[in-house]
Amino acid sequence: MLRFLTGRLFSMVVTIWAVSFVAFAIIQLPPGDYLTTYLATISAQGERADPRAIEALRQQYGLGQPYLVQYWKWITGIVLHGDFGRSFEWNAPVTELIWGRLGNSILLEGLAVVVMWFVALPIGVYAAVRKYSLGDYLATIFGFLGLAVPNFLFALVLMYLGYVWFGTTLGGLFSPEFENARWSLPRIWDFFSHAWAPIVVLATAGTAQLIRIMRANLLDELKKPYVTTARSKGLPEWKVILKYPVRVALNPLVSTIGWLLPTLVSSSVIVSVVMNLPTAGPMLLRSLTSQDMYLAGAIIMLLGVLTVIGTLISDLILAWIDPRIRYGGN
Amino acid sequence: MAIDALTQQPALLRVKRSRESQSALMWRRFRQHHLAVWSLWIVVAFYLVALLAEFLAPLGPGDYNPRYTYAAPQGIHFFSTDENGNWQFGPYVYGYKTEIDPVALRRTFVIDEEVKIPIAFFVPSEPYRLAGFIPMSIKLFGVTEPRAPLYVLGADRLGRDLLSRLIHGTRISLSIGLVGVVMSLFFGVIIGGFSGYYGGWFDGAVQRVIEFIRSLPTIPLWLGLAAALPRDWSSLQIYFAITIILSLVGWTELARVVRGRFLALRTEDFVTAAQLDGASDWRIITKHMVPSFMSHIIAAATLAVPGMILAETALSFLGLGLQAPIVSWGTLMQEAQNIRTLASAPWLLLPGVAVVVVILALNFLGDGLRDAADPHGR
Repeated sequence: MLRFLTGRLFSMVVTIWAVSFVAFAIIQLPPGDYLTTYLATISAQGERADPRAIEALRQQYGLGQPYLVQYWKWITGIVLHGDFGRSFEWNAPVTELIWGRLGNSILLEGLAVVVMWFVALPIGVYAAVRKYSLGDYLATIFGFLGLAVPNFLFALVLMYLGYVWFGTTLGGLFSPEFENARWSLPRIWDFFSHAWAPIVVLATAGTAQLIRIMRANLLDELKKPYVTTARSKGLPEWKVILKYPVRVALNPLVSTIGWLLPTLVSSSVIVSVVMNLPTAGPMLLRSLTSQDMYLAGAIIMLLGVLTVIGTLISDLILAWIDPRIRYGGN
Repeated sequence: MAIDALTQQPALLRVKRSRESQSALMWRRFRQHHLAVWSLWIVVAFYLVALLAEFLAPLGPGDYNPRYTYAAPQGIHFFSTDENGNWQFGPYVYGYKTEIDPVALRRTFVIDEEVKIPIAFFVPSEPYRLAGFIPMSIKLFGVTEPRAPLYVLGADRLGRDLLSRLIHGTRISLSIGLVGVVMSLFFGVIIGGFSGYYGGWFDGAVQRVIEFIRSLPTIPLWLGLAAALPRDWSSLQIYFAITIILSLVGWTELARVVRGRFLALRTEDFVTAAQLDGASDWRIITKHMVPSFMSHIIAAATLAVPGMILAETALSFLGLGLQAPIVSWGTLMQEAQNIRTLASAPWLLLPGVAVVVVILALNFLGDGLRDAADPHGR
């Protein structure tokens, strides 16, 4: 187990380094930098910027230096001091801006994963055990719709229906009075009364896929002789199903988190923009359009890092429930 | 199973099998998949719409009429009764009348069932070039009275016809899927092919790169790349840049499929035989290996198209993909971003229906092709 763990941790560190490199490369891509954009807006308004102040900023961030030098400054700041640089647009350290938003992102995505599993597992098991029943067909139809409906469209439809039927705008995560309050029971209640809609939207596509995978896995297992043996020994039917085949069928399902998580993070960005949620998504979009490069870079990098860490956790769970992986080395 | 069948009806089956080509076998197997066949027709219909967009759309994508902002969908009616109560056939739409919304104090357009505007087929129009090169001056359908409104699916904030824009957007959205997949296929086949055929350290490195790319959330990545496109680029440049951005991630899936097939085939006897005969690597790959998994690649490519279309729609919807003068399903959906707009003009969501139908059809088609790709299987 220790060898497995160190191996996975090492590859995670390498991946995170690669993520940081890619994130920095992306925010370096646009021609010019924030200062050129800033100067352009200022001169468009007919004002003149103090050249010395501009020069000082340029020095401070190493703008105009070679790529690797800038990257080195950036990454050492992050690793040694936890300093992600400064947001030009908000005129504040990036760290102050993003943690709350990232926290909301993680919270939403985590809840979506939980909902996904709680909904998909029983339905998947039911669809496999009662193959070709009405419920199975409904699950299949739901699966195809989850596959084909883009999540932002689903969010829009949900918001439209909420507006037409209940006269409320679904959106945001908190009512104004709870926006900056401390966590308390009423605030949690307020959170869930807002958050159910984005969670449903985020969980739907993944649920549809999980149901399909669970059904297929379980169908493969149910054919195996040990199930017949268990049944012939007189075990009650629910025990036959739940005790052995479901547990075996769970293994491949756990490994799906690895590719479910990137899609989930992706869709949370776009759903947050549509539903106006205070998560990292809208902030990323805004910082990208205004070339606020350190903010954008930090968000792109942290979203990537979170995905990598989530994948690691799913790998560890998989190794924990499946000894073959633990001892197989890889 | 095949052996059983042969022993039962030996003569008949042997004769039939020996005559059928690979493609005929595939087609026969594909036809058994009814959903896939239906999906094929739907996809073909959508691509025909894309091809004939100028002919099918009653108006141009940019034709606006500020007199009819957010006009409600008229629908098309086929039967009418005249004053004597007799049924008449002939397509028509209802006209509009303005009403002042008592709450918001603004003009809204409601359907006026008093006014009937007949629709005619093959109406003359301004000269245009079909698909960019065939000069024509006739449209499939339209109104005969000049200046009569025709908004079958409603109008947007500038009084542009949603149906016409949807038809024109089909061309962009569907072609971006195809172009993106062709590019992904190019990289995927070359990289995956090398990786699978030669193996070794190159294969290992490519596998790590693919794993890395697939472990990243794509939307933030795409957003970052799309935001880097220079603002002064022309529509065409942006279009191709977006397809390249999408295929930066898209090639990985296809490379995996190709590599898997190469690995499976590399140890096959016919490949070894070709190697012993002294055939060059290039000849072995192009003459012996590629034909035997071409069908798998086609299926995988078909399954990759919907992902591309969805990605373009999402990017354009967020405002970082294709930009305003270009009409795509994504830019059309951008109009529906505001919930208040949506509440008064829900028909702006209709491009989403087109997206869902095409994505479903392409998925079923891809599934059918994948099953049919292996005609000897099962």
